Order: sequence, then structure tokens, then C-alpha cells
Amino acid sequence: MKLRRSMLFMPGNNPGMLQNAGILGADSVILDLEDAVALTEKDSARILVRNAIKTLRFYNSEIVVRVNPLSTEFGYEDVKEIAQVKPDAIMVPKATEEDIEGVDKILCEIEEKMGFEKGSIKLFPLIETAYGLENVYTIIEASKRVTGVLLGAEDLTNDLGIKRTKKGKEIFYARSKVATSCRALGVDAIDTPFTDLDDREAFIKDIKKAKSIGMTGKAAINPRQIDTIHDVFAPSEEEIEYAQRVLEKMEEAKRDGLGVFSLDGKMVDAPIINRAKTTIEKAKLAGLI
Amino acid sequence: MKNAVGREIPDNIEGIGKVKPYEGAFKNIGAIEKTKVKVSSKLPNEDKVLSSIRESIIKCGLKDGQTISFHHHLRNGDHVLNMVLKEIDELGIKDITVAASSIFPVHQPLVEYIKKGVVTGIYANYISGPVAEAISLGLLKKPVVMQSHGGRARAIEEGDLHIDVAFIAAPTCDTYGNINGVDGRAACGSLGYAIPDAMYADKVVAITDNLVDYPACPIEISQEYVDYVVKVDSIGDPNGIVSGTTKITKDPVGLKIAKMAAQVIKASGLLKDGFSFQTGAGGTSLAVAAYLRDMMKKENIKGSFASGGVTGYIVEMFEEGLFDSIFDVQCFDLKAIESYRNDKRHQGMSASMYGNPHNKGCVVNNLDVMILGATEIDTDFNVNVTTGSNGIIMGGSGGHNDTAAGSKLSIVVTQLTKGRLPIVVDKVTTVTTPGETIDVLVTERGIAVNPNRKDLIEKLKGTNLPIVTIDELKKTAEELTGVPEKVEFDDKIVGVVEYRDGTIIDVLKKVK
Repeated sequence: MKLRRSMLFMPGNNPGMLQNAGILGADSVILDLEDAVALTEKDSARILVRNAIKTLRFYNSEIVVRVNPLSTEFGYEDVKEIAQVKPDAIMVPKATEEDIEGVDKILCEIEEKMGFEKGSIKLFPLIETAYGLENVYTIIEASKRVTGVLLGAEDLTNDLGIKRTKKGKEIFYARSKVATSCRALGVDAIDTPFTDLDDREAFIKDIKKAKSIGMTGKAAINPRQIDTIHDVFAPSEEEIEYAQRVLEKMEEAKRDGLGVFSLDGKMVDAPIINRAKTTIEKAKLAGLI
Repeated sequence: MKNAVGREIPDNIEGIGKVKPYEGAFKNIGAIEKTKVKVSSKLPNEDKVLSSIRESIIKCGLKDGQTISFHHHLRNGDHVLNMVLKEIDELGIKDITVAASSIFPVHQPLVEYIKKGVVTGIYANYISGPVAEAISLGLLKKPVVMQSHGGRARAIEEGDLHIDVAFIAAPTCDTYGNINGVDGRAACGSLGYAIPDAMYADKVVAITDNLVDYPACPIEISQEYVDYVVKVDSIGDPNGIVSGTTKITKDPVGLKIAKMAAQVIKASGLLKDGFSFQTGAGGTSLAVAAYLRDMMKKENIKGSFASGGVTGYIVEMFEEGLFDSIFDVQCFDLKAIESYRNDKRHQGMSASMYGNPHNKGCVVNNLDVMILGATEIDTDFNVNVTTGSNGIIMGGSGGHNDTAAGSKLSIVVTQLTKGRLPIVVDKVTTVTTPGETIDVLVTERGIAVNPNRKDLIEKLKGTNLPIVTIDELKKTAEELTGVPEKVEFDDKIVGVVEYRDGTIIDVLKKVK
């Protein structure tokens, strides 16, 4: 299991920031060729990001590259160039089923040509249109490479013609829809970034809200947001303690030859045991135990 | 001959004389003798107030070849050093040695006096700006002697640095020479660095722009040490003396380094009740304090003292009860000055009490943890904070090698590369602080522990911290930057770096 609690956006045209992308502690870094890069710098950013992946160390951070929308002249060029240096994943903006199938096909060709393991480059559809949201399930199904979905609320609310607010009531449906589809298909559901860097309290509330609906991680637009995201997505002390007790009790029951057992007066069954195992694994990965 | 950090040191250096090479951080500790002090006693009713700086120079009988001293509490706002040298020049006095605890860009006029032969020698603990460049270019007649804060106090007390006249910038002074730094237009707080000068110079002149009726209150440097008092219009520019507030870095790399340094401190086992701590005013160093503050609050830990140059941030921790006391040799900002003025537990200390290795125990000996910076650090953990990548002087020890030696855990925090240069190198350009006194190096790409600290290596093994060897850090740095070409130096020695015990740890050469 690899944690994907935080995904940090880094502009693809800033060498200084790219150099440090891997040391900031984010579970994933998204090297951005799309919104962060001006039209006049699209090709130089592509080369910069390609060379950064080739030469720099990203330590424990997963490398994801957000390419330009495939409907633009840059999109497929980005995919072809970047795939050759084997990022962990490619993020496709305003994704449709057709886009995901199209990128999948190119990746198959490049993996074969370069001798990479087939299917090793993963995909992240970015759900940020009304169409994308309503079809998120089939978009995920469009390729086995899809490993997670990022919800992009700014563009989505724009497409819906509604106002984006700090409290985020307007994206409740979108979050629920993305989270449910992702859970159903066993991929990660990454929540939209929170843009007010100075309002830490509202930021924490926003992450908690996303977590409570079933999102598994959150995008960050500033390295300062990473620790807060990790704190909220980390299993709490009570959760860890409960999980440890479940697993201890399970061992005990096994020794005694019991199939089912109870803890605190409640029956413990397979889903509870699985959840306890996941909690412990997450806690270990987060360095909490 | 080679000294204990492998530096080639001549037996004799012109302008310095016979040289005692560095033998090890604690090889020269033990019985010493303090120097005698000349005192010109006063008759009752004798007036100490003189009309001008010039009159004070004449009354003190300053002659060619003598040594005058200054403190640096007014930092880059200081007017006193320049005013005194102007008068000396106009009086036609030459061949003066300036022993200033630090020299800043504001002291640029000194370059002209060096060129004219008015000033031929300099002692300082830290030099930045045009004077530093002039020395590195070989303009000063005698080699500069770079000391540490504790080492300067030691040299004065033992007579290695004899001061003929000390000119003490006094933010407040009464008519009989009682001085404090907490009141007046140029208030700077603690006057810790001026205390050895006041106690050991043959003559002491207080220069003030806030002359008050006798007696001044509080008194930091008392009338028993002061020969004359001179009133001037301004001793310094408050904007250059203190900053309004000291700020913690927002740079994510600096914050990451600071967080890991705090985790190292926690893992060391030293973060418990009675904890003592010192850090610099730089953004990353201060951020370490911020992380510690959270840890101490969370675990309800009450520290014994924080020390050093003191910032408002440290004062806030003290006011929250995270430290019982502050030892203050120098205030960095207005909040620190205010606290020093108002709170008895915020105590002043002299440079000697702070770091002199040859007194009966200095405060650095009681420090648990010290956070330090570095311009370069080599694979033997030797640190350079004296010269820059171009070989030119750009700083100096200050309290660096004092606190590194005294503290139980000294941690260097730095980015692994700066301005496309690797910070971890094979051999530092100049050794300011010997590697045997540096315990840990924390960079954004890994933490290296001095192999001598086996106990610490064991403790850190049980954490998630990225522990690597310092050679690996050097390799990582060079992967990013390549190996830079070495700076080329002339053979001429333009300075010596004196370790706190008075031995020579390195020499400074003229840049080509």
C-alpha cells in the first residue's frame, strides 16, 4: 500500500521548485504543464519537466504530470514526450472516456517501444466538467491504468455556472459522486485544492468535510498545506488503538479456535478486521506507530 | 606545521608573531592568569563629562600604534566607530589597531583609514561589507584577527588583546559614567559584548546621545570602569540597530529542515523539563524554535533557559512559560529590548559569561541544544562561517564555535545547495568551528550525524528521519550542482582565525 493523502501541484516551468519538489513530503507531486504554464512557455516547460524526471530525485513522492487538455495542440504532444521518461502517472484534465482511451493507447505504444512494463504508467482523470462528473464511473472504467480521480471544483463550478464558496456546499454532490464511484471501482478519490492559504481553520474543516464524504486524499497548491492534510487523513489515536485491540483480539480468538468473536460487546466480522488492518498499515506508513 | 584540523599554519606570521596552532577543542582548558588592569583613579568632585570625542582622545593620551575598541550592539546603525576614527585621523594619529566586536557595512569609512595607514590592524568576531572585502584584497597592513565572542572576552581578560582605549557607545549614560542600553533613542538592550572592554581597557570613554542626571537606572556598566563621558547628537540610527520584528521563514525547504531539526532534538532525549536552548535570528533557525514551541506545549515541557542574541520569538516562548529564564548578551529586536528592560528573569550576560572558555564556567557549557548555520561544512564536519564561496570574508564565528563547543547537542541547519553551490564539501575554505564540536547536520535531503556521536546515531535509528552519512550528502549535493572549481588564493596571509582558546585554527589568504 502506498499512501496518497496529499498531491502537491508544482509549476512545470519553475526549475527551482521542480528541484525541491521531491523533498517537501507530499505523497504525490503533480508537475503541472497546464494552468501554471503560459501559452508561450508550453514547449519549454515540457522539456524542463521531462529532464527533471530524468535527472532529479523525487524520493518517496509519486511523480504525476498534468498534461494539457487533449483537445489542445499541446495535450498529446505532452503525453508522448513525458511518457518516455516514465512518470508514475499522467493526469488528464477535463477528462472524458475518449481521452482516457486515447492516452491509454499511446501509453501502450510507448511502453512497448521503451521496454517499460505494460500498464506501469498510471492515469488520473481530472473531473472538472459537468459531463465528466456525471460519467466519472465510466471514465474510470475506460482504462485499467486509472488509479485515482482528482476533483477540480474551480472549473466544475464554472461549467455549472455556479459560485464557488469557501464552505463548499455547492460541491457536496460532486464530492459524493466522485467518492462513491471511486470506492466502487477501488481507486483513490482526491479532493479539490483549498485556495485560501491564510485561513487554516477553514482549511482543516474543508479537509475533514471531504474525508467524511469518502474522499481519500486532497490536492495541495502550497507545500505548507501538506502537513495539515496528512494530519487530517492520518488515522486518529483512538482509531489506531481500536484497530490494535481488534487485531489482538483476533489473534486471541484464533488461538482459542474461535471463528467469530466480540469486542466491547459487539460482534467483530471480516469488514471490521479488514478496516483495522488498513488502519494499522496507514498508521505505520504515516510513521505514527 | 599542521594543526589539529589539518590546516597548514606557519610558525610565525608577520604582524602577529609566534603562532600557537589549534590542538583540539578542549586541549587548552585549565589554570590561566588574568592580566593586570591599569586604573586612573578619580578625586572627589572631578568631572567626567568632556565636550567632544576629540577631547576624550587627547585626554586618554592615544598614541600611534595603540589599540582602541568598540562593541557592535548598534550593529549596522552604529555611528560611533566612524566618528571616533574621523577624529583620530584629523589628529594625525596613525598605526591604530581597531578591536571591534563586529564590523558592518556602515563602517565603510574604515576602508579609507586602512588605505591611509591610520588603521593598520583589526580584531573582530564578525566582519561583513566593504571592510571585509578590503581585508581579503590585502589592503590591511597586519593580518586581521578573527575571534569568537567568547574568545574575544578571553583574549581581553588574559591580556592577549590589550585595549588602550575603549570607546563605548552608550544608549543612556549619566554624568558619572553609569551606562545602560535599555533607554534612549538608540536603545539596543543588553550591552554584553562591551563588558570585557569596560573592565580591562586602560581608558574607557562612554559616548552617549542620552546624557541623564546621576544616577542612571538601571546600570549595566558602572561608573567604576568609566573614565570619561562624551555627549554627541546621535550614536546610531535606530533603523539599523534593531528590526521591528523577527520573522520565521515561509520557505517550505527551510521549514522542512527546521521540522527535522526539531525531531532530532526530540529523539536526542534532551527535550524534557529543564531543557536549555539557543538559536540564531535567521528564518530557518527561528523556525526550529517554532516547532519546538509546539512540541513543548503539547508535552507540557518547561525549559530552564534560552540564551544568546535574543529575538522576540524567544521572548514569546519565555512569556508563555516555556523557559524559566533568558540569558541575553544582545537583543535583536524591540520586543527583546522591552522584555530585557521589564522582566528580571530576562537576565543580561557579558561576552565572558556567555562563551569565554577560560573563566570558571560560561553559559554555553550549560546549553543542551544549539542551532547553528553554515556557509560550508566539510566531510569532517568542520564549519566555515567566515569566508564566502569567492574566498572573501563575509562573516565570522560570532558565538558559533563557543556554542558548538559548549552545548550537549550542536545542530547545523542549512540547505544542501545555495545559489547553485554545494554546501557540503571535501574541505571547507576556512575552518571557523572544528568538526569535533558539531554533532548533526540537517539538510532538506538528509541528516548526517558526526560518527563520534554513536549514542545519538543509536537514538536516531529508531525514528523515521532520513539519516545518511555526510559523504552521501556531499554526493547528493554534487549531483545537483557539479563540483565547483576551487577559489584561487595568493600566498599572502591577510588574517588568522583564532579559536576561542586563543590557538590558530586557520589562516585567511589574499584573494587573487
